Amino acid sequence: MTPELSPAIAASVPQQNGQPQSRGAALRQNLQRSLRRLTHNPMTVAGLIVVAMLLLVALFAPWIATHDPLAQDLNNTLKAPDAAHWFGTDEYGRDVFSRLVHGSRITLYVISLVTVIVGPVGLAVGTISGYFGGKVDTVFMRITDIFISFPSLVLALAFVAALGPGLDHAVMAIALTAWPPIARLARAETLQLRKADFVVAVQLQGASSTRIIVRHIVPMCLSSVVIRLTMNMAGIILTAAGLGFLGLGALPPMPEWGAMISTGRRYMLECWWLVAMPGVAIMLVSLAFNLLGDGLRDVLDPRSE
Amino acid sequence: MSEIKLQVEDLRVQFLNDGRITDAVRNVSFNLGQEKLAIVGESGSGKSTVGRSLLRLHPASAKVTAKQMRFGEIDLLGIPEKAMQQIRGQRISMIMQDPKYSLNPVMRVGEQIAEAYLAHHKASKAEAAERVLDMLEKVRIRDPQRVYQLYPHEVSGGMGQRIMIAMMMIPEPEIIIADEPTSALDVSVRQQVLSVLDDLVGQRNLGLIFISHDLNLVRTFCDRVLVMYAGRVVESIAAADLDHAQHPYTRGLLAALPSIDHRRDRLPVLQRDPAWLTA
Amino acid sequence: MTPNMIEIEKLNLTFGHGPQANHVLRDVSFAVKDGESFGLVGESGSGKTTVLRCLAGQYTHWSGEMRIDGKALEHKLDRARCRHVQMVFQDPYGSLHPRHTVETALTEPMAIHGIGERQERIGSILAKVGLNDSYRFRYPHQLSGGQRQRVAIARALILEPRILLLDEPTSALDVSVQAEILNLLADLRQRDGLTYLLVTHDLGVVAHLCDRVAVMQQGEILETLATSDLAGSSPKNAYTRMLVDASREYSRKQEIPETVLLA
Repeated sequence: MTPELSPAIAASVPQQNGQPQSRGAALRQNLQRSLRRLTHNPMTVAGLIVVAMLLLVALFAPWIATHDPLAQDLNNTLKAPDAAHWFGTDEYGRDVFSRLVHGSRITLYVISLVTVIVGPVGLAVGTISGYFGGKVDTVFMRITDIFISFPSLVLALAFVAALGPGLDHAVMAIALTAWPPIARLARAETLQLRKADFVVAVQLQGASSTRIIVRHIVPMCLSSVVIRLTMNMAGIILTAAGLGFLGLGALPPMPEWGAMISTGRRYMLECWWLVAMPGVAIMLVSLAFNLLGDGLRDVLDPRSE
Repeated sequence: MSEIKLQVEDLRVQFLNDGRITDAVRNVSFNLGQEKLAIVGESGSGKSTVGRSLLRLHPASAKVTAKQMRFGEIDLLGIPEKAMQQIRGQRISMIMQDPKYSLNPVMRVGEQIAEAYLAHHKASKAEAAERVLDMLEKVRIRDPQRVYQLYPHEVSGGMGQRIMIAMMMIPEPEIIIADEPTSALDVSVRQQVLSVLDDLVGQRNLGLIFISHDLNLVRTFCDRVLVMYAGRVVESIAAADLDHAQHPYTRGLLAALPSIDHRRDRLPVLQRDPAWLTA
Repeated sequence: MTPNMIEIEKLNLTFGHGPQANHVLRDVSFAVKDGESFGLVGESGSGKTTVLRCLAGQYTHWSGEMRIDGKALEHKLDRARCRHVQMVFQDPYGSLHPRHTVETALTEPMAIHGIGERQERIGSILAKVGLNDSYRFRYPHQLSGGQRQRVAIARALILEPRILLLDEPTSALDVSVQAEILNLLADLRQRDGLTYLLVTHDLGVVAHLCDRVAVMQQGEILETLATSDLAGSSPKNAYTRMLVDASREYSRKQEIPETVLLA
């Protein structure tokens, strides 16, 4: 059937040459193509590298850290960065570098837990409400509106104040305020998709609503949700750090980055490294997630295809 | 033929994507006089790209080269962007397929046409409005006063396209490029829009480049036809002679059209010859 | 005498309520014989596609009576109807799921209806629509418009329906590709004895593919005639004659009387 293709089109579709022979091959080809486009943009690559480094550091934290992050050394408090303590020490003589390294685990824990809760919840609420419309939509969207109308940090504060401070409570508080935008996004996508011919086609084949949502609508919403979640990660890191800073997130002596800034601020004028090091870490990681999100949008957004 | 308005020689448009160069248009040459010239071809043949590159409306990833591209005394390739803006709209106009996307949705149509006039003429607002009403009448809009006040979403597709024609005609261009101006319209409305276009082209001695995929339409509406295939003009022929077309591609396209009058059990399928790409 | 496959009697459909109600179908009645190919032509807003969507079960609030193979249709779409009636859409770029391979698209209907021997069926249906096995694992963006429409036809046929609803199946395609698809549709009908209901604005396509045609305007059927009568002087209705003339060529003299347009 190749004669159907005009030569101009044929030339611009290189994957036509290597025809996939199985489902796996087709999927692999698709992934390879996406990856090529992802690595096309240097900013995205930078984001990707920082995120990969975060993952590696978190994974190998005990081997990378030069000291025990909790071990106090009261003879060596507030030391400026030197060969023994690369990023200096804090008011209890703990090694800031090691605390940062171990802190990456906490950051990652918060991000992944929030994402794992927020992604599916937002996706489910959004697609169901968009697909069925009518009363279902009204009820779901009013609930979403209620959550959206609270400033996220205030809601998190109230939540943590009620349940008591702690990392898990902070995660729950953040998740509680982070799902509505995802649901809105998924709903908006679904509203367009449910009128699309390919959805009508499966409806006419007798597919159930569950099947249509799960197999046909969710995969189409997934890319924009993933993009949004990646972008959100920056916000999550900042909120988690903010809660830590206010003493409502991770409890001492956990090396959480926000909490480190919070305790370091008392010595900020003399010992810049106590605030600067975790501050730079937070900034770098959230920036990286933003860049990565931007790059993912270029690759995954169906509109850009 | 009368004076030559537009002279194109060896036009070539290349697109660069993902490090690959694709030729969208290759060695296209033609002259346009005071006539209705059709460029026909299937999707991907490069027919729209030709129209756009004449006005430098091609995307940034495209590279346009030509031995010659002259509009009267002006070298369209060499002039700076500023001079191009002067030509665009005032001396060469373009009519797009769907008026929905070409009209500003939050502006009354009359004001939009007036703006097109004022952009190229020094005149008072009242004067411009008068010209607009006059022009609306020329494109056979029955109640110009009322239509002047309408917003684009309040007009039908056929009327929208006539408004577009009015807007493109009011600066009194010398050449009009119409890119599939009627393919979004119903047949009954299409006739009307075409006859408006036909009349104006005749009255004002314009040159019209009519880009279309519809051979049947072009055959009766235009004077001359360029048939494009894979970025090249494979045949240039008087519209009246299309039945005696020489190139197998043109003949294949004509034969593949289902018709009310000659019913066949099977439609002949176009057999593409790789030689058409080069020969 | 061949029995009727599709019977539609006094089909009415209204969108909206009260003064803003939009009456899109007014007493539409026609019948299509088993194995016949029937065309609905008209301009945009004539309601031709709406009739198709009522039959397919997408609109459920119609009134009147519709029968398929002698059995009256319920308002709600049921699975039995899905196996009887399938549809091919106008836009081959929008009717295939962009993230599903050809194989996934063809497996889906069989999974819904619990049909076995899926691999064999996919192989034979692809061959039927003129695609070889190498297309099986491609995504829609790796196919041309004509190939996509072939996949869409294969998807409609895999449930082995008796009736195929064709909604402008070639209007988004180039002329040469249109010819291939029209030939394919003609072959399939001849081989499997399918009944076609074709909606189009292109009289040439109707004349080529259909035996009879109904001309619609503003939700009503103006006249029903054999497609062989389209060419001569037989169309009684002025609107039909206008459509026929307009489809032939552009002519300067031809001004369409207002009365024809706003019947």
